[in-house]
Amino acid sequence: MTDSTISAIMPKPITGPLIWLRANLFANPFNILMTVLVVWFLAMSLPALLDWVLLDAVFQANNVRECRAAGSGACWAFIGEKHRLILFGLYPYDEQWRPMLVVLLLIAMVGVSCLRRFWTKWLAPMWVATLMIVGVLMWGGVLGLTYVENARWGGLPLTMILAFVAIAVAFPLGVLLALGRRSNLPAIRAICTIYIELVRGVPAVSLLFMASVMLPLLLPEGMSIDKLLRAQIALIVYASAYLAEVVRGGLQSLSKGQYEAADALGLTYWQKQRLIILPQALRITIPPLVNTLITVFKDTSLVVIIGLYDLMNAAKASFVDPAWRGSSIEAYVFVSLIYFAFCFFMSKYSQSIEKRLAKSQNR
Amino acid sequence: MATAVQQPSDAPMILLEKVNKWYGDFHVLTDIDLSVKRGERIVICGPSGSGKSTMIRCINRLEEHQAGRIVVDGVELTNDVRKVDAVRRDVGMVFQHFNLFPHLTVLQNLTLAPIWVRKTPKAEAEATAMKYLERVRIPEQANKFPGQLSGGQQQRVAIARALCINPKVMLFDEPTSALDPEMVAEVLDVMIKLAEESNVTMLCVTHEMGFARSVADRVIFMDRGQIVEQNTPEEFFSHPQNERTKLFLSQILAH
Ligand SMILES: Nc1ncnc2c1ncn2[C@@H]1O[C@H](COP(=O)(O)OP(=O)(O)OP(=O)(O)O)[C@@H](O)[C@H]1O
Ligand SMILES: [Mg+2]
Repeated sequence: MTDSTISAIMPKPITGPLIWLRANLFANPFNILMTVLVVWFLAMSLPALLDWVLLDAVFQANNVRECRAAGSGACWAFIGEKHRLILFGLYPYDEQWRPMLVVLLLIAMVGVSCLRRFWTKWLAPMWVATLMIVGVLMWGGVLGLTYVENARWGGLPLTMILAFVAIAVAFPLGVLLALGRRSNLPAIRAICTIYIELVRGVPAVSLLFMASVMLPLLLPEGMSIDKLLRAQIALIVYASAYLAEVVRGGLQSLSKGQYEAADALGLTYWQKQRLIILPQALRITIPPLVNTLITVFKDTSLVVIIGLYDLMNAAKASFVDPAWRGSSIEAYVFVSLIYFAFCFFMSKYSQSIEKRLAKSQNR
Repeated sequence: MATAVQQPSDAPMILLEKVNKWYGDFHVLTDIDLSVKRGERIVICGPSGSGKSTMIRCINRLEEHQAGRIVVDGVELTNDVRKVDAVRRDVGMVFQHFNLFPHLTVLQNLTLAPIWVRKTPKAEAEATAMKYLERVRIPEQANKFPGQLSGGQQQRVAIARALCINPKVMLFDEPTSALDPEMVAEVLDVMIKLAEESNVTMLCVTHEMGFARSVADRVIFMDRGQIVEQNTPEEFFSHPQNERTKLFLSQILAH
């Protein structure tokens, strides 16, 4: 066949800005109406937003009154003044390089863990070592670092520690609960089902509240666990129940044949789960799994109700200062951007895994 | 271990005595008696729902029987997990829908049980796996995923996977009935070759009568949970005794 016959059979796809516009924005009357509405909305809101964020914003000021006098936009001077309080809470000012290092270390470890070539048997020990370093940096008391009690921890490192530990413990726990709920042993099945249903039936806020108020009552006389640990336990309990249900969905979607083939080959129960069932079930559940992880990350902000200074609560504390009263919008925008950066990364990363898995299995 | 006792060579490989099974109220197997010699090739046929799958799945305890005895190579199947494991180490199974593990490559599918169940070193397990892939004539597919193979190729991989544990017994549950017609022959060829070249005991549920004629020592006909008739292939096809057998044969031969 010659080139000309090929082009006769396969016309070049017609492209171009005008054609794109027609196909995507002005295809039919409804489409045209929507386009006009969206353009109108953008025209109304974008300039105002731009004014607020940039053109009318104030970057230099000593207090909120100067700010408001200097411009009608956002008072970013407030963030310049208070960002360390928001990021690190009440952690001693001169020691704040320590939580800063913790944040960088955790982000670096997440980055490393996302790269396939680090998925070796060293990854888990590396995380254990990282968490130990995090503990040393945050608490201090050794290596010449001054001791900082965890009541003074706050801001982004606290949010990250709560979220990472919750996810790291709740994930394996959730997998076990999901397996337990499908177990052949009635006692195990009942325990797992009751746990999951009880926890899921209660708002996260009340779990945290119960952990902070009731846990101390249940403990033997003279024993106490601190507020941070109680919050951490509540988050683990809450996250594990939700993760368990997500994983169970994945387990249910596998065909009976997979279980039978594994049984027929003589694999033990745990070999079967680890080598055959979970790898497939977890792959299928990546989107809802990541969705749950994002939720858990954001829900760490509920620890405000028991008085921990996580990122969100530290932001609230920052605009209590009389000199900066009324800067709540700037504070919330700032922390929202931080939350968004983390969650957006999780979402994008899960999409990239899905794509790669789809490619490798050609399915 | 439960298999430690060496069985005399004239003892049956598989023995079913008065085996009964119910699904709720439904009596799916009724007083099944069957003795299979070492190296014997048996083809099982019968109408849909007659309990063929259920019977062979009881032999590696994918299903539990509720009354009677099942003994495989001297090991009686009970609730004892060790005995079940011992039997499964010696029994390979090929399913109608292949049941390959889609997240593992062909080679990984084949080496899984040798490595984890038999504790064979990886290199040795891979060498054995390649040997069996050559036997089923698809060594070049070793590093593909099951989803990239045709149905016939997948079933040949499944046969190789079952052979990799070096089983004494192979169970086949309608290995060709999910295949497109043009792929049936390639799978049957592999099975016929297996029967010729090894002395593995084979139980095969199939309606491929050509295969039964060329390979089977005995053909068993099941209906409504019972073994109704059994005979050599020549006698079975040319002189069926039972009315139900005659009806069944007339139906499948009419196709
Ligand atoms: N898990 C189960 N629960 C209830 N009934 C079942 C179950 N599995 C099979 N049965 C019933 O038991 C009977 C025998 O099933 P079996 O699969 O052994 O038949 P079969 O002879 O292999 O038929 P086919 O040729 O269709 O595969 C059928 O009537 C089937 O509906
Ligand atoms: Mg069947």
